[in-house]
This record gives sequence, C-alpha cells and structure tokens, in this order.
Amino acid sequence: MYAYDELDRTLINERVSEFRDQVKRRLSGELTEDEFKMLRLQNGVYLQLHAYMFRVAIPYGTLSSKQLRQLAHVARRYDRGYGHFTTRQNIQYNWIKLAELPDALSDLAEVGIHAMQTSGNNTRNVTSDQWAGVAPGEIEDPRIWSELLRQYTTLHPEFSFLPRKFKFAITASEHDRAAIKIHDIGLRLIKNADGETGFEVLVGGGLGRTPFIGKTIKPFVHGRDLLSYVEAILRVYNQYGRRDNIYKARIKILVHELGIEKFAREVEEEWQQLRDSALTLDHADIEEIRSRFSYPAYEKLPHMPDELKQAAHDPLFERWRKNSVFPHKVQGYSIVTLSLKPVGGPPGDATADQMDAIADLADRYSFGEIRVGHEQNLALPHVAKRDLPVLWKALDKIGVATPNVNLVTDIIACPGLDYCSLANARSIPIAQELTRRFANHDTANLIGRLHINISGCINACGHHHVGHIGILGVEKNGEEFYQITIGGRADENAEMGTLIGPAVPYAEVADVIEDIVEAYLALRDRAEELFVDTVKRLGVEPFRERVYATR
Amino acid sequence: MTSPLEQKKIRITKPSMVTANRTWDGAVIYRTAAKGWSTNLSDAAIVRTADEARELLAESIADDVGAIGAYIAPVEVKDTGKIEPGNLREQIRSEGLTIDLTVPA
Repeated sequence: MYAYDELDRTLINERVSEFRDQVKRRLSGELTEDEFKMLRLQNGVYLQLHAYMFRVAIPYGTLSSKQLRQLAHVARRYDRGYGHFTTRQNIQYNWIKLAELPDALSDLAEVGIHAMQTSGNNTRNVTSDQWAGVAPGEIEDPRIWSELLRQYTTLHPEFSFLPRKFKFAITASEHDRAAIKIHDIGLRLIKNADGETGFEVLVGGGLGRTPFIGKTIKPFVHGRDLLSYVEAILRVYNQYGRRDNIYKARIKILVHELGIEKFAREVEEEWQQLRDSALTLDHADIEEIRSRFSYPAYEKLPHMPDELKQAAHDPLFERWRKNSVFPHKVQGYSIVTLSLKPVGGPPGDATADQMDAIADLADRYSFGEIRVGHEQNLALPHVAKRDLPVLWKALDKIGVATPNVNLVTDIIACPGLDYCSLANARSIPIAQELTRRFANHDTANLIGRLHINISGCINACGHHHVGHIGILGVEKNGEEFYQITIGGRADENAEMGTLIGPAVPYAEVADVIEDIVEAYLALRDRAEELFVDTVKRLGVEPFRERVYATR
Repeated sequence: MTSPLEQKKIRITKPSMVTANRTWDGAVIYRTAAKGWSTNLSDAAIVRTADEARELLAESIADDVGAIGAYIAPVEVKDTGKIEPGNLREQIRSEGLTIDLTVPA
C-alpha cells in the first residue's frame, strides 16, 4: 500500500472545498451549466440517462480495506447500494445527486480517495497490473512508477487541457494484464543489458471509433528519464493534436497520420531539450516513492499446507482453486481473484454489503489489501495457502467465488444503454443472457479461456475490439443490432478482432455466440488450443459460415 | 446573427416532448405545458411541428438552473391519450433499467 503524505491530503481536501463551492454556485444559478460542465467533469461527474454518474479513481488498482469500506459507505449513503468497477480500475456510482456530491467526495478524501482527472481532456487514472508487486517473475513493482506518474500528472497545468483524454498503463510482467497496447502511452518495465531499470515505451494505442494497437516509440528509456521522455511525448501531442475535430483528437490519430517514425523524431527532438533537466529522476526521488509503499511481513510457510491437502478432496473447492487462485512470488501464498461475474449478474458490479465483507476478508486473509483488475474483477493479493479453504467458503457466501475467471462467462461489459447517455444499445442484458447460456461450469471449462467483451457503442468502454469475441451494439432504424468480431486480444500479443459479418438483432446475439463457440469446439485441433488461437490458425471464414449459413 | 438555438436543425416526424435531467439530483424530467417540469411523462407537453418543438426547447433551455441537457424526443400518443416513450432510450429513461438493480430497490 502507498501512504499519502501531507501534501497529498492537503491537495485532495482543497479540491473538495473548491468543488463544494462550485456546486453551491451551480445550484444557486451563479454558474451556468456551460460554465460548470468542465468543473464537474474534472471531478469525475458525468450526466447519464437517469442521473449523474460519479467516477472515482483507484490508482493502479490498489485499495486498502479501509478505502473499500469507504467506497461501500458512499454506495450506501449517497447511491443505491452498489458500485460498478470499470475497465480502467475506477469505480462508478450511477445514481448520485449533484447536491450530495461534495459530501461524498469529502467522505472519500478521509481515506485518500478522489475523483480528480477521471474525466476531461487530461491525463486519466494511471492503471497497472492488478498483480503488481506479487506476480512471480515480475521485474519490479510497477506501482512505484505508476505512483510517480500519478504525482507528476495530477493537476499538471500543461496537461490539464490536452486535445483529448490521455491514458497511461504500466506492466512489469512478461504477460500483460494491464492491456498496455491499447493505451495512449503503454509502459513495459524492463532491464537493459547492464541490469538497469527502464521502459519499453509504446504510444498511440486506443480503441473507440478508430482503434489502433500501440507502437513502440523507444525500445528502452532509462528509468531516470521516464518523466522527461513522457513529457516530450505529451508536448508533441499538445502541439500537434487535432483540437479541431473530437474524432481525430486522440494521440493515436496523430501517430497514425504522422507515422511512428516521424512522430518519434519529433519526440526525440523535444526530448533532447528536456532530458538532463529538472525532470531527471535521481535515485533518491525513486526511493522516496518506494519507501512510501508498505509490503506485508510474509511468514515462512510451506508450499503445500495440510489445510490445502485436506480441502483438495472437495471437488467444489478444487474447481474454484484451479480457476481463481494464482501463483504468488512468495512461497506459501497465493493471489485470489474474486469474480464479479455471477451468472445472471451485471459484470463488474459489487454491492455495498459485498464490499464491506470483502474488506473484512482482506483484513483477515490478505494484509488488508484489495486489487481491482481491468477485467472488472477484484483480487486479494496476499492470501496464505493454508487460508484458502476457509476464504473460499466466505467468498462463496457473499457471491464472489464463481469459478469462471478467464472463462466464457467472465464477460467485460460497459454499462450500455441501461445507464449510459452515449450508448446505442444495451450491454448488460446481453452479458446476463450469455452467462445463463454458459452457466454450466463443465461446459465453460471445456471451452477454456475465452474473453467476451461487450460495448454498447463505438466508444468501446467494454473493449470489444480486443475481446476474443467482441460484441458492439449499434442502432439500425431504432432497433438494437450487434456487430460481432472474433480473434481480438488485449495482452502482449494484442490484436483487433475481425468482423464476421452483418450485425445481428438483439434477440439473436446469444444464439450467434453459441454458434461461434460450437464451431470452435469442432474446429480446434486439440483441447489446449485456445479459441483465439483457433481463429488465428483458421481465420474468420469457418465461423462466418457457421453463423450466417442459416441466417 | 442567428442564435445557436435557431441554427439547430429540428425535424419532427412524430409527436414529441422535451426532456432533460433535474440539476440538483439528475432525475429525468419532462417539460410541461405550464412551463414547469414533471418527473412523469404523462405530464409532458406534446408538440407536433418543428416550430412548436423549437419554442418548447427554447423555453426549456432557458431554465438553466432547474434542468440540464434539454432535448426533443419522440413519444407515442395512444388513442386513449396515454403518452408513451417513442424509442428504447426514452423508455429506459422513463421506466428505468431493463435489468434488475444490483441491489433491489
């Protein structure tokens, strides 16, 4: 966990006071909506279909139990008793009242949580691997650098009015769980030949209307140069980004139009002016941040405790363990993913009661720490293996032990037309129906790893382009239709999916997905061949034939 | 100079109303014939021509303190006079989510 200092606390509290005054002036009519809109957006407040939506940042997906309890309190006190975890490690409340928002922000500030820069044309919440600091084989904890970037970009005057929003993601593992290739800047922590820490820097990734996979702009930037190099990128973007056209304003369009070589030259030129300046990080800067992260005092524990051996006789426990429990860098410990994807439930939602219970379990079994992943699940990052059986029972009791992590029912979905003012079509009911169709765990296990991503509009909050199966809601003559893509992926081999054919109506989506899955089961050359690999090997045609032959 | 409001292209192909969100809490509201707001669609003022719609929208937007994001949306007026939402988006805004709430109300 990172411990905020006095400066952080002052900044957050001052922001609450400012916003309280702004809301007061808005409600009295002193500020018009035109004047207020940017102010509320800078504090994570959108207007959606039924109410305001309040987006709260969870930097690099790390929460303390105290913070999670406060998120539960806000859900209960100011909203309707639940929150929605998003693909960018934020939580959203859907029913918040503007008049009560300053109080909600004030309550969150008590535990060091805020909503700054969760909207608007600025640098957004810096996201990272939800297993940061505990994943085996990790180069080092990427949250040190995430926090550094968070501090550097928060309220940075030069980057508070960018041409468009700007998102960073950082990973330090070979397997990318942070989807860095679909971010404006993706950072992969690596070591050079001399063993020095640095970053492969990718730029220009993003989804939405015009999707691009990020391109490597520099294969190695030394850690000490991270800020100056990032600033050089942002300056080039700030100078040349298309402010005249919102659809062409993201950095991905600039990189695409200039070409990565020319863009890289511009950045290099800018960087030569900036490097070796005050932005250069010295060892002490980095160590200062590192020192504010606390790590658990792990015990020396056996790899296979008796409790685990005994529990292995319970097939239900074993099914959950094999699906939701992952290796930890410390012997005797595990990382446990908590599925927020119950059969028939809205993906990524958690009730206030669940949040409170998870906070209690985190205190008891995970050194008081919880993580949020971009797949819209939670994780307990430090669970002693001996505690797994008892933890499982407790998680099952509160409905977050569905053994479907990374399986076909672990669906990523945006709120869609049920909540969102931008959406053209609903996402959640599609996800719910699919989880019912594939509710049988044996079937889901037989299918294996398969990521379904659903977005209710082209803005792609559900990351449909990079779903193994992507579902995009569109409107045709007032009716909901859905385009289906297959073969996308968001990991280190990120790719955009390919459209398989004409959009299908709402009522047929689940049937189409079943057809695609059945085709995969018939076409894969062995049980271990993942869906996405079968698509890679065969292309979309066999799937297209299967889906459209009878439609 | 033409005002931005007048520049807005307004085409009416169905009976329509003006809807917005209430400023203090974001609730869905409908402009009434009495130049006020109601949370019930049945109270909405119905317009049938572009000129009527433009006028209703103009007075709705003028209430910047009470409401935000006012726009014209289609409705169905049944033979009984009952007003129903004219599309799925407005149906969801009027009647609520098409799914069960994560926490039952």
